[in-house]
Amino acid sequence: MNKSTSNSQSRKSTVAKQVMWNRMISVVEEQAQALIRTAFSTSVREAGDLSAGVYDYDGKMLAQAVTGTPGHVNAMAAAVAHFIRRIGRDNIFQGDVYITNDPWEGTGHLHDITVVSPSFHKEKLIGFFACTAHVVDIGGRGFTADAASIYEEGLYIPIMKMAERGEVNKTLMHIVRGNVREPDQVVGDMHALATCNEIGHLRLIEMMQEFDLDDLQEIAEFILDNSRVATLEKIAALPNASATGEMTIDGYNTPIKLNVALEIKDDEVLCDFDGSSGVDKMGINVPLVYTQAYSCYALKCAIAPEVPNNAASLAPFVISAPENTLLNALHPAPVALRHVVGQMLPDVVYNALDKILPETVPAEGASTLCNFQVSLRPRTDAPAPKDAIRAEVLTFNSGGSGARPGLDGMSSTAFPSGVMTMPVEATEHTGPIIIWRKELRPDSGGAGKYRGGLGQYMEVGATDGHEFDFSAMFDRVDHPARGRQGGHNGAPTTIARDDGVAMQGKGKQFVPNGRRVKLEFSGGAGYGEPSERDPELVKRDFARGYISAQVAKTDYGLSDSDIAEINKALLLGETLGD
Amino acid sequence: MTDLMKGIRMGVDIGGTFTDVVLEKDGQQFSTKVLTTYIAPENAIIDGMHQVCIKASISPSQIGQIIHGTTLATNALIERNGAKTALITTQGFRDVIEMRTESRFEQYDLNLSLPEPLLPRQQRYTVNERVSAKGEVYHALDKAEVQALAEQIKTAGYESVAVGLLHSYLNDSHERLIRDVLNEIVPEVMVSISSEVSPQMREYERFNTVVANAYIKPLMKSYLGRLYGRLRDEGVGCNVFLMHSGGGIISIESASEFPVRLVESGPAGGAVFAATIAARYGLDKVLSFDMGGTTAKICLINNQTPKTSRVFEVARTYRFKKGSGMPISIPVIDMVEIGAGGGSLAHVDSMRQIRVGPESAGSEPGPACYGRGGARPAVTDADLVLGKLDPANFAGGSISLQTEDSERALVSELGSKLNMDAQTAAYGLVEVVDENMANAARVHAVENGEDLADYTMIAFGGAAPLHAGRLCEKLGVDRLLVPVGAGVGSAIGFLRAPFSFEANRSVFMRLSDFDTSMISGLLSELEQEARGFVKRCDKAAEILSEFKVYMRYSGQGWEIPVVLSSEQAKKPDMQTFKRLFEEDYRALFGRIVDGMDIEITVWAVNATTPSEPVEQAIELDRADAAPVENRRVMFDPALGVEQSANVVLRKNMEFGQTVDGPAAITEDETTVIVPASREAIMQSDGCIDMRVRAS
Repeated sequence: MNKSTSNSQSRKSTVAKQVMWNRMISVVEEQAQALIRTAFSTSVREAGDLSAGVYDYDGKMLAQAVTGTPGHVNAMAAAVAHFIRRIGRDNIFQGDVYITNDPWEGTGHLHDITVVSPSFHKEKLIGFFACTAHVVDIGGRGFTADAASIYEEGLYIPIMKMAERGEVNKTLMHIVRGNVREPDQVVGDMHALATCNEIGHLRLIEMMQEFDLDDLQEIAEFILDNSRVATLEKIAALPNASATGEMTIDGYNTPIKLNVALEIKDDEVLCDFDGSSGVDKMGINVPLVYTQAYSCYALKCAIAPEVPNNAASLAPFVISAPENTLLNALHPAPVALRHVVGQMLPDVVYNALDKILPETVPAEGASTLCNFQVSLRPRTDAPAPKDAIRAEVLTFNSGGSGARPGLDGMSSTAFPSGVMTMPVEATEHTGPIIIWRKELRPDSGGAGKYRGGLGQYMEVGATDGHEFDFSAMFDRVDHPARGRQGGHNGAPTTIARDDGVAMQGKGKQFVPNGRRVKLEFSGGAGYGEPSERDPELVKRDFARGYISAQVAKTDYGLSDSDIAEINKALLLGETLGD
Repeated sequence: MTDLMKGIRMGVDIGGTFTDVVLEKDGQQFSTKVLTTYIAPENAIIDGMHQVCIKASISPSQIGQIIHGTTLATNALIERNGAKTALITTQGFRDVIEMRTESRFEQYDLNLSLPEPLLPRQQRYTVNERVSAKGEVYHALDKAEVQALAEQIKTAGYESVAVGLLHSYLNDSHERLIRDVLNEIVPEVMVSISSEVSPQMREYERFNTVVANAYIKPLMKSYLGRLYGRLRDEGVGCNVFLMHSGGGIISIESASEFPVRLVESGPAGGAVFAATIAARYGLDKVLSFDMGGTTAKICLINNQTPKTSRVFEVARTYRFKKGSGMPISIPVIDMVEIGAGGGSLAHVDSMRQIRVGPESAGSEPGPACYGRGGARPAVTDADLVLGKLDPANFAGGSISLQTEDSERALVSELGSKLNMDAQTAAYGLVEVVDENMANAARVHAVENGEDLADYTMIAFGGAAPLHAGRLCEKLGVDRLLVPVGAGVGSAIGFLRAPFSFEANRSVFMRLSDFDTSMISGLLSELEQEARGFVKRCDKAAEILSEFKVYMRYSGQGWEIPVVLSSEQAKKPDMQTFKRLFEEDYRALFGRIVDGMDIEITVWAVNATTPSEPVEQAIELDRADAAPVENRRVMFDPALGVEQSANVVLRKNMEFGQTVDGPAAITEDETTVIVPASREAIMQSDGCIDMRVRAS
């Protein structure tokens, strides 16, 4: 074995780089965990709606925390370059902290605040840390699609300094405090974002000292080169082909058309949304960064899932949409609920990709989160009890995901979003709300060789003496998830009051004292012909109550005698297949 | 120490592979390892007990106390071999344990499989009732409905029933009613209610915990009964106590009632073991590092007390990933566990990066060097190729290691893909696994607002001494202790654990609604409950109460534990609570938030017997060099070069004798590697005390 110094040096540096890449992913994870623990925003702390990353001198993302949600994947990757351009390199000092909630240069709506901090080592700028969180409130009309333009959606913070050389910009803080409904929490979150960057920075500097680095150039090249090669290898292994995909969803007042043209080339994957609907009157328009985020996420899952997110691994996925359309809405289009449309994009992309790579992608699912906000207040139609209060309650819920080629869909599980639901017991502590029901919705998963994931039932009311506005953000009422390869559609979303009064899938709707909202969230679609489903799984699904006797018979051909036998066995506590 | 803790005592730890038995008599320890006998685990205990009794020249009847910890409860949850169990829950919430958090624990895997709930849907029943978030009954439970359901439970032949109703941590009346009816109609069925097993808010965690308790209860009750009988048959007359996951001991009756509290009791024993060593050296900040064949566990021990938590996750199904297991909300010693052990296997991923674990070679075929057909390189193979292990002297010479097989595996799996020779591949492998462990330790420290540079590491478990020195270098930890008996550390820890029980409850209170009499009432109720469990173990013992509240800013999702003195708990004062919270918050996150209200979410009282007085170690400075047995070539990862290293036999080291790195200190069970940057001193209690070299 050759033991020359140069050999051992190069050996050491190869191994060291492997270790450093690992470390940088750990550094951003620490950054994200710090944010989760200190943030006030429900969506951050309970639901993981955040992201954190480290960037090189040029603003190229080197690593992103695993904790986080796909909505920020590409958006945050691009954001730092905007900061460098807007702030100007000459104006970047040690101790600075930058901030924005620009939907087009940040992550898609005013509720997301992005904070970027330059990282200095030995008095020299070496890179940046950035993180994003969805704050509780940003003023304006609140978290709804009702605004006619971005100006009504809340406070807009252009890219600017939140702190310069360690000195916090008090004017900015005053303006924020004066413009949002929960000033302590929002300002608290701004500080939490800055702190989490600081934690990342300190860990990075420790690493640089340990490995005796003056800058990040060499490790950046190592990370980006290896990621680029790995991603390109995956793309090269795919056929050169083009396909189109389409999907229609409910939209707000009029149905929305989502069209994509997908092209796989030797070294890139192009995804263009020409032909999709134009800009909408309501705040469900999507800035291009967010269109890119979810489309890119979909492609990465299917093509190169194990390559970590960074500038190089994201670069070969090129996403475009014509300017001034729904999926590339320009300022000042309203965009507050851009997730309602954005989270549908993986289904559209998969519609096309399935034609090129069969047996790879899932059938359509509920996809968009089934979120709603409840604004409770003392009843106004009659004297309210003394202890009646006002409260705002936001919940995150999920329908069923689409069946996979080889696996059933996931019941009541978020896809593509990465967020979690909140415990009902915790939600009920935040206001006079009662969740009467939150459980799986049988028969909602589309039949198939592989069954779609089940949606869920929810039933929502208020304690005695309260009335409320119910802000719905649901889709798939008129356009349920469609099956693949002979799989059936998932069940559509339904919404109504318990006294039978009809309600809409989107928008703020009044619910009087004593009434409840009954919700049935949509199921995922099936994959493959139901007749090909393993009969044992059909029996199991019936025994578990995932499907009714009716569906077991008509969709899957289970015989009456089988059904009777299973019903008998269940009474005797036999579990069948479990 | 209570009177019960004097005399001859025996600690028994049933692990996945071995059952460790340690007997202590007049300050002397006698230990043995026997293979775990899965079908009847008590057999291994009886066998091991006879072995240590012979070593100590006593008869089983002379044993004064037995303390037992076991992975059986954990295994039953992992292997899903518990009892036929039903869940009774609130109408409308049948699927809480199946819907989980409605999220995916791995974002990029389109073919993700979520873990199945412990009980499938047809075993989950509902009753029409509802309690509010204020603990008021919205909809009263109809006894006739419960009676009808009890008949159904009877017909279906369930052995065990879990009852978990919404907000029962605030009002347990409906859960109790269901238990009463079941006891009346189906007395043979065991009933667990969530308001007793885990009275904490968050229905998914609480329901899952009560289900887990019910699921393993028949099995554990029967096992503990059999064990007790067998011990009596062998002439043992003493009491048997159980180690619980919170690091204390409970009675066999309490353990049978709340077997879920036995989950992870073995690792808890390890943490107690490390805490005892910390006390012996008067160390206030210790990082315990336990590395075995498949996993490594890391725990922070401050002021000689292992850090505890209210919830943890067992039975992770996906690469030890957070969220892929099931949450259990009980008082537990807070540990991070990662898939990094001597048997962890390495491969190269599509980014040309070396990845290690969590897949493990197990004991069959084992690492490639065992020569039993293992073709993929494990951590042990890399350790061997780097000279950290002596091929002729592994496990006391019982297994002869094949270096060529290790090299072959390293080259074929790693070297050929990365253009590395066997040694460089081994170097890369150990650096990656050590980095993984270091990262886990760093993230854990950050989550607790701690800086590891102030810490001392205490290492135990078969593989830990091989890696601990390098881990210290990576973490900037200056001092490492490798105690005697590291191989049976958990069982020794059992003998050091106090009788203890933590009672806790979720009750929301904002500081702006501070209710002094309600607080002192609640804390005193919890104190009585906790002390009751300890009294069941020892009526005469002195019992200390430790008070803790979990607080956060209103609107936040994470609580931080705030410790109250007895005085502060008995005469609660709003300003004091606020000050204590702000101090802890600042220590954790570096700042406080002005203007936000603060709220208390969980209240906890831990009743414990005082910890055993520990004889302080007399710390010796370096004296003469220990006798060198021989020399061998060893690779030092920090320097990235091979060096000639001294090999010293641990048993030949006299107190105060020193070994300078690079060196290997060998014993039958393991080898302590001293990196070039360190020196090691043999302390008066047999600990290897490794520090940064003076030079």
